[in-house]
Amino acid sequence: MNCKKVILELSEYLNGALDSTIRLDLEQHLARCTDCRIVVDTCRKTIQIFCNSEPVPLPEDVRQRLHTALLDRIRRNPKSV
Amino acid sequence: MLLCQSSITEPCRALLGANNLLSATDPKPLTSTVVRDDESKLVSAAKAGDLAAFEELVNRYERKIFRLGMNITQNREDAEDVMQDAFLKSYQNLDRFQGDSRFYTWLVRIAVNEALMKLRKRRPNQVSLDEPLTTDEDSVFREIADWGPSPEKKFAQTELNEILTSVIGELDPIFRVAFLLRDVEGVSTEETAQILGISEAAVKSRLLRARLKLRQKLNKYFRRSETQ
Repeated sequence: MNCKKVILELSEYLNGALDSTIRLDLEQHLARCTDCRIVVDTCRKTIQIFCNSEPVPLPEDVRQRLHTALLDRIRRNPKSV
Repeated sequence: MLLCQSSITEPCRALLGANNLLSATDPKPLTSTVVRDDESKLVSAAKAGDLAAFEELVNRYERKIFRLGMNITQNREDAEDVMQDAFLKSYQNLDRFQGDSRFYTWLVRIAVNEALMKLRKRRPNQVSLDEPLTTDEDSVFREIADWGPSPEKKFAQTELNEILTSVIGELDPIFRVAFLLRDVEGVSTEETAQILGISEAAVKSRLLRARLKLRQKLNKYFRRSETQ
């Protein structure tokens, strides 16, 4: 496997969705290619950093308005739910 | 209660929170026959007229839908509109929800459509979900730098959030939405394809491009300095 093929398969590799033969081939390439190893590692960290980031807080005034709007709709149209 | 007592997760904290505004502002407290039960039972109860069940669905997902709206539109007012419209439309169309996907996925689909409409209104000539994708694998290797084991720890939480908001905001919406749905919201490839009305192959392609572009954008913040 060459570097370009590694990039094409990168996403599926990180998803754990690669066929075992292709995965082994890719990992053999990673063992000898520093650049690809860094790309794979930093791409994995990119996903982790976003997944681990603190969610945007839902401001209380925004939440209040949501619930008020829903309540208003339910009162006006009670049979829909 | 059974789902939440042992380990309090974020949705459970919302469920257990005392600020149930539908109840708080209604003179008659709502009682649900479904108590903190799973999503499909809540949906069935809500369809049958159990308002507390619908309220619990709102409580469970309001933060996630707001976050999704913020991430796609990059604007708080738009995100609020997206959240309100998504819940109102889900309420209006609850009878049409067939249950062939998770309620949350259906809700996300509505929210994504609302958010994309906001973007199209704001930038009518710039937002298309159908524009062709170019591949440029070679550009990945233009800047290669190791980040070290925990690059995010270089920054305080607030600063990190600003960086993440900034870089995802720079991403083209077609890539941004694919990344948000798959990697942040944990929606499957198949469901993402359904939500966006594209093929699974297109989802995979967009996700790859999104991940690579984000990695490249984060590189300038996270690359290990020579003194490290």
